[in-house]
Amino acid sequence: MSEQKIADYDLKPGFKGMATDTGSDQTMFKGVHWGKAMMWIFLLSDTFVFSCFLISYMKGRASTPIEWPYPSEVFALEVFGVSVPLLLIAIMTFVLITSSGTMALAVKYGYEKNRKMCGWLVLATAIGGLTFVGMQAFEWSKLIHEGVRPWENPFGAAQFGSFFFMITGFHGTHVSIGVIFLFIYAYKVFAGHYDTGKRGWFTSMKGDYVEIEILGLYWHFVDLVWVFIFAFFYLW
Amino acid sequence: MEEIKKKEEQTSTHKIGIYLWIWGLLFVLSFFSYMVDWYNFQGLLRWSLILFFMFLKAGLIMAFFMHLFWERYALVNVLLWPMTAIACFVALMVAEGKYTLFTRLFYFFVGGQ
Repeated sequence: MSEQKIADYDLKPGFKGMATDTGSDQTMFKGVHWGKAMMWIFLLSDTFVFSCFLISYMKGRASTPIEWPYPSEVFALEVFGVSVPLLLIAIMTFVLITSSGTMALAVKYGYEKNRKMCGWLVLATAIGGLTFVGMQAFEWSKLIHEGVRPWENPFGAAQFGSFFFMITGFHGTHVSIGVIFLFIYAYKVFAGHYDTGKRGWFTSMKGDYVEIEILGLYWHFVDLVWVFIFAFFYLW
Repeated sequence: MEEIKKKEEQTSTHKIGIYLWIWGLLFVLSFFSYMVDWYNFQGLLRWSLILFFMFLKAGLIMAFFMHLFWERYALVNVLLWPMTAIACFVALMVAEGKYTLFTRLFYFFVGGQ
């Protein structure tokens, strides 16, 4: 942080730096690519959306006098005749963390202009995400077979189904969109668009490995949301 | 702009070790939070452990994978302060949820007049 330098501007560290950056009559986020800043602002707004879902879930669960379905049993998976609690969810969590790790490394290799490593790691991330979506589809179909609906379920309070489908569905949508973009960006990395500075189709911005970091921010956010869903929906 | 970009590249690459450490820690923490359910802890112990592991994981992802640890305070503060509004919202809804539960129990089962 402190070793950053910008021409004709004195970068101060810490809160002093925050004050001078904000009041500099220039761009406020010094040394941050505009795309990265905008992705952060988008993720902040997305945080509020997911917070509203999780808070409404908390309120719905706290205010019902009817027994809430016990997640440890509802999400159990039968393996060789033994019921293991939350097995599928645990595997999904590990898959998503794995893909988050490969993404972080992809960003690192991207900035080092290591085209091959970056491309393979983005591709690995995409495949991890696809695996996650596949397992979620399996989980959904299993619960639908067991009679879980947004308006009723055989395990307890009727609100359970609507919260479950809403929250995990919205998260799964985010993962799916991320997977699509990961495949597109894997192609762009392998094709060398970020080495030659080829302009993108989404914006006319010149190709740069900073785009991998922007995509990485989105992907890590998806993992971050899952951390909260895992804690509040599956473990609580 | 070229200069900014050049400097940014220098600061944005970190040693691979730090990513592998964080990655490993995330696996270990996820394993621990799964163990909370496995050993069937209940009550205060259960939810304090769940929250502890959750915030630790979220903090590690944001600080190192999302590079917030290395960002300037202008960006970090713009992102983190709005979260206090969410904390207030949670506190309000906890109180509201308890009140709703009380009125439901009272009118549905006690049949208050």
